[in-house]
Amino acid sequence: MPKSIRDAYGEALRKYGVPTENVIVLDADLSGSTKSVLFAREAPDRFFNVGISENNMVAMAAGMSTCGKNVFVNTFTSFLTTIGACASKALISYGKLNVKLAGAYAGLSGAYDGPSHHSLEDIAIMRAMPNFTVFVASDEIMTDRITKYLAQEHVGPAYFRLSREAFPQIYSESDTFVPGGSKVLCEGKDAVVFSMGFMVSKALEAAKKLKAEGIEVTVVDLYSIKPLDRDTIVKYAKSTGAVVAAEEHNVIGGLTSAVSEVMLTEGAYAPLESVSMPDRHAETGKYSDLTKKFGFTAEAVEAAVKKAISRKGK
Amino acid sequence: MIKYNHEIIFCAAETSYCGAYFKEVKMSLDPKRKAYLESLCRQFRIDVIETLHSIQTGHPGGSLSVCEILTAIFFEKARFDAKNPKWPGRDRIVLSKGHAAPMLYRILAELEFFPKEDLKTLRQAGSHLQGHPSPNHTPGIEIPTGPLGFGYSAALGMALAQRLDYPDAYTYAILGDGETNEGIVWEAAMSASKFKADNFITILDNNHVQLDGPSNVIMPMGDIHAKWSAFGYNVIHCNGHDVEDVCDAIDEAKAKKGMPSIIIAETVKGKGVSFMEGNNKWHGSAIDDESYKKAMAELKGGALDA
Ligand SMILES: Cc1ncc(C[n+]2csc(CCOP(=O)(O)OP(=O)(O)O)c2C)c(N)n1
Ligand SMILES: [Mg+2]
Repeated sequence: MPKSIRDAYGEALRKYGVPTENVIVLDADLSGSTKSVLFAREAPDRFFNVGISENNMVAMAAGMSTCGKNVFVNTFTSFLTTIGACASKALISYGKLNVKLAGAYAGLSGAYDGPSHHSLEDIAIMRAMPNFTVFVASDEIMTDRITKYLAQEHVGPAYFRLSREAFPQIYSESDTFVPGGSKVLCEGKDAVVFSMGFMVSKALEAAKKLKAEGIEVTVVDLYSIKPLDRDTIVKYAKSTGAVVAAEEHNVIGGLTSAVSEVMLTEGAYAPLESVSMPDRHAETGKYSDLTKKFGFTAEAVEAAVKKAISRKGK
Repeated sequence: MIKYNHEIIFCAAETSYCGAYFKEVKMSLDPKRKAYLESLCRQFRIDVIETLHSIQTGHPGGSLSVCEILTAIFFEKARFDAKNPKWPGRDRIVLSKGHAAPMLYRILAELEFFPKEDLKTLRQAGSHLQGHPSPNHTPGIEIPTGPLGFGYSAALGMALAQRLDYPDAYTYAILGDGETNEGIVWEAAMSASKFKADNFITILDNNHVQLDGPSNVIMPMGDIHAKWSAFGYNVIHCNGHDVEDVCDAIDEAKAKKGMPSIIIAETVKGKGVSFMEGNNKWHGSAIDDESYKKAMAELKGGALDA
């Protein structure tokens, strides 16, 4: 059983953040949930728990970064990217500041807590802020590598979408991840599924089942939502002629939007189906019940692939 | 019956604010009524722990601490009609610390806003009882709460809007002590004072614990009496686990004209279950079987003593 994404993140922040002297970590009374507590225990003088004050926390991080610090900001992303949005835009984005926003409990992973704690709009918000690099975690190893990169290499605004959940392992120790990169996880000529986060493993499951039916599908993990690997999107949209975008996010403003923007502006015309949240809120419930109920499943990806293929040439 | 007493309310030892307040204790509740409300509270605690154990999710600590506060408001002080929950002249009750929804739902069910059987479905897919209060799902809920602090400004908005149309209606807002870390709470306080919202009654569930630990460690709020007072509030103190004392404090708040009132209710997080009391571990942990048995023995044992 792989580690949960939050455990992988907290462990990586401890492992790479503690020895990196300019890393500072902030949290807003959720360090036990975000797992920033693991860093706090080993580097208490570089950890600031600001209490329940997200607005203050994000703006504080902006200030700290101007003094040469690399500041990791932790809380539920449903608050981080909304309450923290003004400071993210007007200070961090505009000022090109070295702040890393770690979005805990993204997607539906705040499950039982309900829609006020779910986050199906964070990518739309963060993607629209200039200068931000935006990553989405799709497994434990990637979470570790990207956290390391953000702690030790990346200078500038970044948003990293995390989860409370454990996702199936996709990558091996030798895999590397860079801004603007993507991972082609399997190749097939009939359709392409662009995916992120939890939906990458669902897309792979779907590709396996479809293969048994003789349908060959390419699966791409667009873990770097910004900058986006435009070339790979164009290449497979053109070569397969049938596109599916699969994301644990509102259909508006996330991966579906990002992919379609590239396809249309680059002239890579092909039918596009979206597996995402129609423009509505979810509800309270167990994570696995919610992902089923709202169609974040391999079956939904399979159906979308078939539909996209059936629309070819029309 | 009014008995003048001098009761000294001490803040819990770990709080950074340690003062003593002398207040007049009016015995405003009929003793039988008081005993009835106390027996309700005992049952509410038992039922909430039972539900949270059965669903393995939800927030026990802050639900247990707010029990008497909500009971005093809903059973004694507020005007509303459970059969006509949208009656426009009703008092508004906003649980700004929305994570204590399990206790709120238990009370709404007792008042027949919806059937008690529904409580079993709490937090499950398909239930009308969402993890945090949602007006589009549950009768008796005025506005979504959950993101801490926002409910407080919303409640003030209700008070100011109601004052235009129903000047005798009150709005009750219930805050957590950790929740008052949020800047928006103090922005709302400035507005409440500026607009002289004397129909706006705030009750602070001052249980001295937030999520990551004790409140005075996570974010020391200092002299909260002086803070609220400086923000233009009439500040009242009470024992938040004495229903009658909460009722008296509400009466005192209503008597104050021209400014908003806040009742600082001294409470214990996890009240009634010894190992949950004052322990942030039980803010939102699932209740395991062994803890459940111990909790039930304590809560039910208490019922036998009474
Ligand atoms: C804006 C916001 N930030 C963070 C949280 C997560 N959270 C839920 S409850 C809680 C602690 C609340 O402490 P307190 O207000 O003292 O409540 P109580 O002790 O009564 O449970 C936190 C940090 C939230 N719900 N909303
Ligand atoms: Mg508290």
